[in-house]
Amino acid sequence: MPRIVYIEPDGREVALELATGQSLMRGAIEAGVDGIEAQCGGACACATCHCYVRPEWLDKLKPPSDDELLMLSNVAAERRPNSRLSCQLIVEAGLDGLTVQFPDRQS
Amino acid sequence: MDSQTPIIIVGAGQAGVQIAESLRQEGFAGTLILCGEEPHPPYQRPPLSKKWLIEAGAVSALTLRGPAALERLKIIMKLDTRVQSIDRKRCELEFMDGTRLAYGRLALATGSLPRTLPVPGASLPGVLALRGIADSLAIGAAIRRCAAEGRRVVVVGGGFIGLEVAAGARKLGAGATVLEGLPRLMSRVTAPVVSEAFARLHRAHGVQLVFGAQVTEVVGHEGTVAAVRTADGQEYRCGCVVVGIGVTPDDLLARSAGLLCDHGIVVDDCSRTSDALIVAAGDCTARRMGDGELVRLESVQNAVEQGKSAAAALMGRERPFINTPWFWSDQFDVKLQMVGLSRGYDQVVTRGDLAKPAFSAFYFRAGRLLAVDSLNRVSDHMQSKRILDHGLSPTPAQAADLQFDLPSLLKSARETTAGEA
Repeated sequence: MPRIVYIEPDGREVALELATGQSLMRGAIEAGVDGIEAQCGGACACATCHCYVRPEWLDKLKPPSDDELLMLSNVAAERRPNSRLSCQLIVEAGLDGLTVQFPDRQS
Repeated sequence: MDSQTPIIIVGAGQAGVQIAESLRQEGFAGTLILCGEEPHPPYQRPPLSKKWLIEAGAVSALTLRGPAALERLKIIMKLDTRVQSIDRKRCELEFMDGTRLAYGRLALATGSLPRTLPVPGASLPGVLALRGIADSLAIGAAIRRCAAEGRRVVVVGGGFIGLEVAAGARKLGAGATVLEGLPRLMSRVTAPVVSEAFARLHRAHGVQLVFGAQVTEVVGHEGTVAAVRTADGQEYRCGCVVVGIGVTPDDLLARSAGLLCDHGIVVDDCSRTSDALIVAAGDCTARRMGDGELVRLESVQNAVEQGKSAAAALMGRERPFINTPWFWSDQFDVKLQMVGLSRGYDQVVTRGDLAKPAFSAFYFRAGRLLAVDSLNRVSDHMQSKRILDHGLSPTPAQAADLQFDLPSLLKSARETTAGEA
């Protein structure tokens, strides 16, 4: 199973092995990773699962949908070029080692 | 506080879990016990009427916090158990099985209960309501049976839950009829222009909508539901009935213990109840607003924010819930996002395309923005949320004008502040 690395807002790293097909949001929520709220549970309706993707991984991810882009334009923390919503990032075999960081605020 | 005397949280839903987690984040190192009535570890409820209802996925797809997370936070889970009473003098809880537990401080997050139909036949097999995982599974199974047998699903109540279930029934191939007592859909929370858009949407997908329907009886046949009868003498034949006529806060435990309740456990902005040792959060509460009015919000955001406030209050700190309330609903291909509270509005303007639908309804009182409902207008929703959070307001004309850039309000507010400083 691909290993996903989460960096919590205070810098602590949490590495999880996640089943393919699962979202990065679900993996983080279940494991209780700090720095994510995911209030809408993955419906792309709240933008409280915002994360920064390590730049070297950006082009390996499916590009964001229009809805995700619109949500990203109004996230609570600073929006950066590597901002994504973790509910829209799905674990795949090729993503072993994917690293994302959660911002200091989600709402 | 004596770290040997635990903090006990009654209710392991969204609010209960938030209180537990926030207590650890706030530095509480003592014993923490989270009690839940259901056998499942904490899970998310919104999908129960939406995606999960249709897909009948695994329970694990709903998990809010897994066992490893709860263990890491040293949260002691006491599941499949019901609290019978609170003894506030002794600071003890009594459980259904007779065991007693002493608490140092107590948090109530008991949620809400679906309202039941007060008519004959309402307890027949096949009459269903939605609260937990078991209910969603039962409703999903009943809908599939209806689809297979060519029978209809009758939904009583044209609110969020009822409409989401009706949409689910259509997606699963069953005929669906919604019986609504009032003249329009979701009338308690939205303006007519939004109700009408949803009525068009549901009708376009083959949902039969009946307004002004007063259900008088659920008719059984051979021990199971066969039809719903209304006051005008109509009979709606069906294979199952889903009742979605709202919820009542589950404040029985608190009321029996003498806590101040008024259709919900009365709390302040910081989730404090009338007992200094007890806080409450989520669907079970009625929050006293600045103007003295009591407001009940049934949403994930409310559970999360009140949960954070409750944890802070248990640690002797004040962290008022000040964010603008927001909600969402998925029905067919329409994403509805609502922000703010529209109660007391005197003007509604729309922005965007009503027919598509891809528009937002902006609610004003005396020219000031109160709330915005967005249908497939994600950016309106997100921008309005920030505008309301900052206490700003477009004029009604600006809101209606697609050429007007809503975020420019935030920019000019920042510039004004900078100019004053």
